[in-house]
Amino acid sequence: MSKRKDGLTPKERMAIPRAKMPEQNPSARAANFEEVPLGLTPEQAMEEAKRCLDCRKQPCVHGCPVAVQIPEFIKLVGEGKFGEAAKLIKETNVLPAVTGRVCPQETQCEGDCTLFKKYGGVSIGALERFVADYERNNNLVEIPPKPKPTGKKVAIIGSGPSGLTVAGDLILQGHAVTVFEALHEAGGVLVYGIPEFRLPKEIVAAEVDYLVQQGVNFELNVVAGMTITMDEILEEFDAVYIGVGAGLPWFMRIEGEELNGVLSANEYLTRSNLMKGYLFPDYDSPLPQGKHVCVVGGGNVAMDAARTAKRLGAKVTIVYRRAREQLPARGEEVHHADEEGIVFQLLSNPVKILGKDGKVSGMECIRMELGEPDASGRRRPIPIGGSNFEFECDQVIISIGAGANPLLTKTMPDLDLNKWGYIVVDENNRTNISKVWAGGDIVTGSATVIEAMGAGRIAARSIHAELLGLPQPTSEKEEE
Amino acid sequence: MKGEIIINEEVVPNVHRLVLSAPVIAKRAKPGQFVIIIPDEVGERIPFTLSDWSPEDGTITIFYQEAGVSTMKLTRMKPGNVIHTLVGPLGRPSKIEKFGTVLLGGGCYGLGAIYPLAKAFKEAGNRVIGLFEARTTYIVYNEEKLREVVDELYIVTADGSRGLRGHVPEALPYILEKEGKIDYAHFIGCTYMMMVSSRGTKEHNIPTIVAMNTLMVDGTGMCGICRVEVDGNTKFACVDGPDFDGHKVNWDMVFARKHAYVAEENMAYQFYRTQMDGAVNKCAKNRKEGA
Repeated sequence: MSKRKDGLTPKERMAIPRAKMPEQNPSARAANFEEVPLGLTPEQAMEEAKRCLDCRKQPCVHGCPVAVQIPEFIKLVGEGKFGEAAKLIKETNVLPAVTGRVCPQETQCEGDCTLFKKYGGVSIGALERFVADYERNNNLVEIPPKPKPTGKKVAIIGSGPSGLTVAGDLILQGHAVTVFEALHEAGGVLVYGIPEFRLPKEIVAAEVDYLVQQGVNFELNVVAGMTITMDEILEEFDAVYIGVGAGLPWFMRIEGEELNGVLSANEYLTRSNLMKGYLFPDYDSPLPQGKHVCVVGGGNVAMDAARTAKRLGAKVTIVYRRAREQLPARGEEVHHADEEGIVFQLLSNPVKILGKDGKVSGMECIRMELGEPDASGRRRPIPIGGSNFEFECDQVIISIGAGANPLLTKTMPDLDLNKWGYIVVDENNRTNISKVWAGGDIVTGSATVIEAMGAGRIAARSIHAELLGLPQPTSEKEEE
Repeated sequence: MKGEIIINEEVVPNVHRLVLSAPVIAKRAKPGQFVIIIPDEVGERIPFTLSDWSPEDGTITIFYQEAGVSTMKLTRMKPGNVIHTLVGPLGRPSKIEKFGTVLLGGGCYGLGAIYPLAKAFKEAGNRVIGLFEARTTYIVYNEEKLREVVDELYIVTADGSRGLRGHVPEALPYILEKEGKIDYAHFIGCTYMMMVSSRGTKEHNIPTIVAMNTLMVDGTGMCGICRVEVDGNTKFACVDGPDFDGHKVNWDMVFARKHAYVAEENMAYQFYRTQMDGAVNKCAKNRKEGA
C-alpha cells in the first residue's frame, strides 16, 4: 500500500495519546436511555488514525472475525476520506455502525494491535463507529449497483447479525434473498436484546434499510417451522441459512423462581427494547419497575439488564458467583455499570428467592470461594458451608445464559444436533442436510455479534460457491 | 404479516368476534393453536386462541373480551382497518385421536374456541359432547355453529337461568349419568373455569386437557413469562403448550402469575382512556368554537 502522507515516524505515532471518546456523564445518563459514548469528532478521528503503525503483518485484521481491512480504512480516516473509509469497511462488514459499538475490540482487533500492551491499541472500534455514523449522518450511503441476477433464491431464517451478514453478502452476488423473521422488527438480538443506550435502534433500522434498498426481501412475523415449514422453504429456495440464535432462557431451578417479580433477562430486555416498555405507558407493554432490582449473572446481558433497571430508577445489585476478574462481560460494560452506581455482590450464589404474597421480597445467597480451574478455564466457584445470607429486593432478573431454542430444529428430525441442541456444521457451516447451512448462536451457543457475523460470512461464501457450481472454499484454518 | 379486519362485532355483551384476512395462517392452522396480535404501532403482543379458519376464504376467526388496553383498541377497530402485527399459528396443535366419548367444555372466549376441536374430534370418530359454561343465559353465543358438529350440547349457567345450574363440577354427575361415560375432556376458557373443571373431572378419573392462556410476549419460547409448572416441571405455554394435563397443572402458581402485571395493566387502560377522553373533549371544544 502507498506511503502515508503525514510522514510521521513510528516514534511520533506512538507518542500521540489514545483518543478518549466523550461520554454522557454517569449521573445524567443513569436516568435516560440515550447513548452513553458520544462518538469521536472528525478531528479526534484523524488524530487517532495517525497512531496506526500500519504493521506489515496486520495483527488487527487477523483478530477480526470478518477480517475488516483495518489499516487501509484507518489510512483513509487519517486523510479525512471518511466516506471512502466507510465503503471500504462495508466490503467485509455489513454492519459497521453496530460492530463499532458492540464488538469486544479489546479482545479482538484492538487486543491484537501492536500498541495494545504499552500504549493502548488504536481505537479501531471508535474509528469504525465514527466513519459509519459520518456516512449515515451525511447521507453518503450509496446503494451498490445491482449485480447481474444469478436466478438463484436463498432463504435466511432469522434477521440477527449472522442472517443480516449472509443477506448482505449474497445480495451483492446477485442472488435473490428472502429473510424470515419471527418478530415484528428485523434485527434479532440487535433489536430485542441490546438496549437503546448501547445501540440506538434507528441505527439498526438504517442498516436493515440499506439491505432492503439493495433488494433483500424481509418477511416479518413469519415463524419458520410454524408459519412456514422447512419443507416448503426447501421447495421454494435453492439454499437455506439458519441463524435463529440461542433464545431459550435458562432459569436457576431454585425455590421461589415462579414468584411474581422474577423475570428472565430475555423477557426484561425484550419488553424494554423491542416493545419499548421503558416508554410505558406511551407504549402499551409494561416493564416492571422494581425499587431494588437484583440481576443474577455477570455477562453482557446481565449488565444490559442492570443498567436498564438503573435507568428506571431502581437500586441495582448484580449477584455473580465468581470474582470480578471472571466477569464474562466486556470490561467497558462493567466499568459503565460501576460508574452508574450498580452494586456488585460478587462470589455469591442465589439459593432461594424469598417471597411474600406471591411476590419477590428478597434473596438468600451463599458465599463462594474460588477453587481449581474448570473446563472453561475459569476457577470453579465452591460454596462456603454455613455462609448463607439474605437481603431484600423486589425484583429478580435471571441472566445466567440461554440455550438453543428447539422451535425450528424439532421440526427437522434429520438435522444433526449436538447434545445441547445446537446445530452441527462443517468448516463451511453446512449442516448434514443438503441445501441447508447454519451459523451464529444456534451453532456455537451464546457468543458475540461479530462472531455470528463471521459465521455468516463463511456460510455466504459456501452458499455462493454451491449455487454457481464452484468448488467449495477451503476454510481459513486450513490455509494458515 | 398484517391482518385486514373483515368483521369485528360484539356478539353478546363484551364478547367480540373478529374475522381477519390471513391466508397463510388459515392454510396452516390446526385445532388448539393461537395467534399473536399487536393492535397498533405502540401496542403489546397478546395471544388469542384460533376459533375458526377458512383456507378457501383465507380468513381466521377469534373471539375476545375487552379486558385491557389492547383489547379495548381492538374493539374500536373497524372492517377495512389493518392490525399492526399478526403472527401464527403458534403453539402445539391439540392431540386429536379417537378416544370414544369426548367432553369439550368452553367458557368465556372458549365458547367460540372449542368449535375447531369439536369438529376435529368428530371427524376422528368420537362422540362429541359440548358444554357451554356461562354466568347467565344472555352471554351464550356460538350455539348454532357448535351444534352442527357436536352430538350433544349441555349448557351450564352460574345463575341457573338456562340449562344446568352452577359450574362444570356440579354438572358432571348429571352429564355422566346421561352419557354413561366420558373418556376424555378438554377445556378452554378463563383460568378459574379450567381449574374447577379439572378438579371436577379428577373426581371421575377423566383424563383432562386444558388450554393455558398465560401472559406472553414473543410466543416463540424466548422470554419465559408463560412458564407453567406441570407435574413439577417448568413448561413454556407458548411452545410446550398451550395444552397441558389439567390434573397436573400447579393452579395456585398459574393464578399468582396471571396477576404479575395487573397494576401496570390497569394503568395502561386508564392512561389510554384518558387520552381518548382528551381527544373527544378536544373534538367537542373545536366543534363549539366552530373550528
